[in-house]
Amino acid sequence: MTPFTLRQADEQDQTLNPGMSPDLATTSPQHKKAELTLVSRTTQIKERALSLLFFLCAIVAVLGVVLIFAFVAVKAVPLFKDIGFLNFIAGTKWSVAQSKFGVVPFIVGSLVVTVGALAIGAPLAILTALFLSEVAGPRARAVIRPAVELLAGIPSVVYGFFGVTVIAPVVGRLFGGAGFGPLTAWIVLSIMIVPTIAMLSEDALDSIPMGIREASFAMGATQWQTIYKVVLPAAKIGIIDATILGMGRAIGETMAVLMIVGNAPQMFAGLTKPIATLTSQIVLGMGYASGDFQTALFGMAALLFIISMGLVLTVRLLSRSKREEGQGA
Amino acid sequence: MREMFAEDRERLKELGVGAMDKSARSQARQARRVRERLANSAALTVLLIAAGITVAALAVIILYVLIHGAPSISPRFIFTWPHGVNAEGGIWPTIVSTIYVTALAMLIATPIAVLAAVYLAEYARQGRIVTIIRFAADSLASVPSIVMGLFGLAFFVDAFHLPMSMLAAALALALLMLPIIMRATEEAIRAVPRYIRWGSYGLGATKWQTVSKVVLPWAMPRIITGLVLAMGRAIGETAVVFYTMGMAINMPLTPLDSGRSMAVHLYMLAVDGINLKAAYGTALMLMIIILVLNSLAHLIQRRYRKVR
Repeated sequence: MTPFTLRQADEQDQTLNPGMSPDLATTSPQHKKAELTLVSRTTQIKERALSLLFFLCAIVAVLGVVLIFAFVAVKAVPLFKDIGFLNFIAGTKWSVAQSKFGVVPFIVGSLVVTVGALAIGAPLAILTALFLSEVAGPRARAVIRPAVELLAGIPSVVYGFFGVTVIAPVVGRLFGGAGFGPLTAWIVLSIMIVPTIAMLSEDALDSIPMGIREASFAMGATQWQTIYKVVLPAAKIGIIDATILGMGRAIGETMAVLMIVGNAPQMFAGLTKPIATLTSQIVLGMGYASGDFQTALFGMAALLFIISMGLVLTVRLLSRSKREEGQGA
Repeated sequence: MREMFAEDRERLKELGVGAMDKSARSQARQARRVRERLANSAALTVLLIAAGITVAALAVIILYVLIHGAPSISPRFIFTWPHGVNAEGGIWPTIVSTIYVTALAMLIATPIAVLAAVYLAEYARQGRIVTIIRFAADSLASVPSIVMGLFGLAFFVDAFHLPMSMLAAALALALLMLPIIMRATEEAIRAVPRYIRWGSYGLGATKWQTVSKVVLPWAMPRIITGLVLAMGRAIGETAVVFYTMGMAINMPLTPLDSGRSMAVHLYMLAVDGINLKAAYGTALMLMIIILVLNSLAHLIQRRYRKVR
């Protein structure tokens, strides 16, 4: 297929072959240069214009990030003028009627939900990744890997819906109350972050050279000893990266959390008492918010953005330190 | 060397190890081996159980939605309008809105993302600019969807005075899909063997000719896989669409019409708890679409592997 298309390309662009275009065969220095590069001036200009276009396309991503932060943060600025940045970020009371917009309850809520989901989801995901990469035969892998990928593809509303109709009633029956609260959120979110962490951890495990496993087996180590003492330390940073990205997914998760966390703007008081997170409070408030209330919600969105950027930055720095370590060794 | 060992031997004698009788030593060794083997099989069982729980969670969710949703799915459910306060009837406008906005977002995101990936993989010299672009793409991929939704509202709707519409939602969704398609395309391009490029250059092709006629066609199956996965992500997205497309049930004709996507419809039904039957049906339809897209991606990948 490729040689044919190539020949076509040649025929379309006659100037590719300097021998066929007589004006290129002259001896002036300018033409000599053209002869050296084997392409005509117009082609050269076209090539340069195209590479500029591609560069502009790549810049769209940078532009997007800058614009997101700018537009979300700018909308929050009036609030900081009105109630002060410290009262916003360190205030423990949220009351629209008294125009108190302290976000600490939501930060605590987000933290509680995220940490709990990680505590359940991360071990499950890492063990699943270990099974896939180290133990499973091709047939088991052919079942489990698509399942994990599919788990990643299920929309978060469907998870939320599942939480509302299945998990919340069960939690309510076991622990009293309506079943909406951190515990329900932990269960649902931990299932949601498993695919993120498992797939990235598996990539990290697969990238470890087979040789060090063979060396370990040759020393008489069992499979578990090899996994625990050789493979896991080697893949440590990749697995930490995966966990941090899973954490980002849990903090930023909106719809599922909104549907199951109970949505009471109060401090965390117990595993089955309703709370609110940064994300759920934004959605809840946006419906009717105006004035300082609305700017407070944009402030919370800016905070979320900074948190997720911080997590990505951490991952980058970690992988860079790993690369440097590798070069030093 | 030999002296060193002699020293060791003497110390062993002092410790009484040498005095240990041969059968006791082999017994101890055997006990240790049994212990190791037990620990090994226990640990491997734990790994198996973990993988089992993951698969079971997926199976439970799918089966649950399937059992409760299957009875409400019928041609009438798919092809008629919802009516009444309880949203009885079908979900046709939400399906059309979902497909409309996703297709529009794909049209916007695909060329930009693919060309951006071409730049990163083929044109860019590694340096500060590339680092910044990569960091931006990673950040974009991890922006919480609610933040993206608010940005869509503040930027496309408030600042650019677009109405809450297919176009505003598609622009916001395109930003969400951009890093996914970019990464898939870049990986696909990097997987194209070098000698193919050399062949093309050797025949006198320019860089763009090589990229457009040799590299991109070769990388196409994997690029399409990335596109399909990004599409699945956009279809399931709720928060972004909620703030940029609105929630009015409407049949969109022009890109400036508003509408309600399936995910938003499911959210409203589930939260109000008014019509759970329709909610289960919508959830099942969403899952089916995602499932079909995922298997399509797998199919493309498998066929491509066979060709190579």
